[in-house]
Amino acid sequence: MNDSGSQKGTVTVKRGLAQMLKGGVIMDVVTAEQAAIAQEAGAVAVMALERIPADIRLNGGVARMSDLALVQRIMDTVTIPVMAKARIGHLAEAQCLQALGVDYIDESEVLTPADDKYQIDKHKFDVPFVCGAKDLGEALRRIAEGAAMIRSKGEAGSGNIVEAVRHMRTIRDQIAELGAVPEEELVRRARDIGAPLDLIQYVAREKKLPVVLFCAGGVSTPADAALMMQLGAEGIFVGSGIFKAAAVYKNGVPEYDDNGFPKVNPDIALKYAKSIVAATTHFNDPKAIVAASMTLAGAKPMDGVDIRQLDEKQLMSVRGN
Amino acid sequence: MTEVVRDATSAPPHEASRPLVGVLALQGDVDEHVAMLRGIGARTLAVKTRAELDAVDGLIIPGGESTTVIRLLDRFELAEPLVARVRAGLPLWGTCMGMIVAATDVAGVDQRSLGLIDITVRRNAFGRQLASEEVPLAIPALGDDPFPAIFIRAPWIERAGAGVDVLASHGGHGVFVRQANVMGTSFHPELTSDSRVHAFFLEIVARSL
Repeated sequence: MNDSGSQKGTVTVKRGLAQMLKGGVIMDVVTAEQAAIAQEAGAVAVMALERIPADIRLNGGVARMSDLALVQRIMDTVTIPVMAKARIGHLAEAQCLQALGVDYIDESEVLTPADDKYQIDKHKFDVPFVCGAKDLGEALRRIAEGAAMIRSKGEAGSGNIVEAVRHMRTIRDQIAELGAVPEEELVRRARDIGAPLDLIQYVAREKKLPVVLFCAGGVSTPADAALMMQLGAEGIFVGSGIFKAAAVYKNGVPEYDDNGFPKVNPDIALKYAKSIVAATTHFNDPKAIVAASMTLAGAKPMDGVDIRQLDEKQLMSVRGN
Repeated sequence: MTEVVRDATSAPPHEASRPLVGVLALQGDVDEHVAMLRGIGARTLAVKTRAELDAVDGLIIPGGESTTVIRLLDRFELAEPLVARVRAGLPLWGTCMGMIVAATDVAGVDQRSLGLIDITVRRNAFGRQLASEEVPLAIPALGDDPFPAIFIRAPWIERAGAGVDVLASHGGHGVFVRQANVMGTSFHPELTSDSRVHAFFLEIVARSL
């Protein structure tokens, strides 16, 4: 607190920025050019990361925080909030991103985890964090660590919506269930799902999380976005769904630019991004979703994978707990 | 305690004459405004379509991203009817993003706005998220108690035209302005439990009927 009584980095302002993003689409970008396309399409924020999840899945190796000079360029290019991913438990990456001045940090299972036991103590930061969750217990543990926004995990880079649906339904069902149990049961519920009692009591009373809940991991068409909004997501993260659909191939092989980034067709990316934004806004109006989808005539969504054909070690959603 | 559930047909006779306040619901913190308005007795409507826009007695453009909402207003052909209704006297309140969308000019960037209140705003003027803050703000029009103002990547008012009242300032810049039926705040009263700014707007709506 200073002379004017101003307080920065409070829980209210951290959670508040996520509230401003509701009803919107946050798009993964790996270059400043992609960030400009996302903003032009109507994205409410961009997420900077080293490689989009589908490419991490394709190429393997260790996925880390983005090149900081690139994050800076993205911040200089767009006026919307810039989020950036840090590895689970990698508090030094998070410190760098805070020092750079990004607007949100995603402590993300999409990157290769840096700590197999502990997540970052997010209360120690003034910059807010978003974290992924597969169920209510995981969401509340992240909030207890200081997360100011939650996204259902889904299976990033799969182009398959089934995991996103499973995780969103699980979180919503568990919230509804808690809202219906007698108060004396809440201590046992807290033990069972492994979450602090005060957060369990909050959810039981308010029938919602104390922070905004977005969906991530598998959205690749306008109808996917509308589905997740109808299931209770307050907004959408799109990872690979836009720029993978706009990837440029030669004889079936992805092309790369001089800096090693996959080439994308900007017109197709813009069309995809706009259509997913429109479907997110009008998620309850099938005619509007049809209109948004029609703009994609001739373009093809990214290839998807059947989650059941993946080995446990290929799943990203099981990282962090 | 069980709440008494009433259907629409048994609503008291004055129900329909209470003003209907719309919250533009293309993107942003719509629910927070709706909850606050209901808490002080207003009827509310989330506005996404032309028909919903035509039905309301006052409109709030909530907090959110101005680049997103100005594009969606154009894409869904709502900008023109919104401007026409506000020019004809519809009370309008923009919070943060909403004030940017309603302004005459946006400083420093090439961004379209609707020109409904004669101000120039500067986006993210106080800084990025790390500069977001909670401040006890003096607003004489609302009484002696300071208002718990929440600024999030907030804009400030760089220029206010002759017909514009500046009702509060912070850091040397206007953050609460009113010109006739249109008002704007850089901060977010909908994120607090203090309903005074909402009551202030509701009175403008009530007097316009």
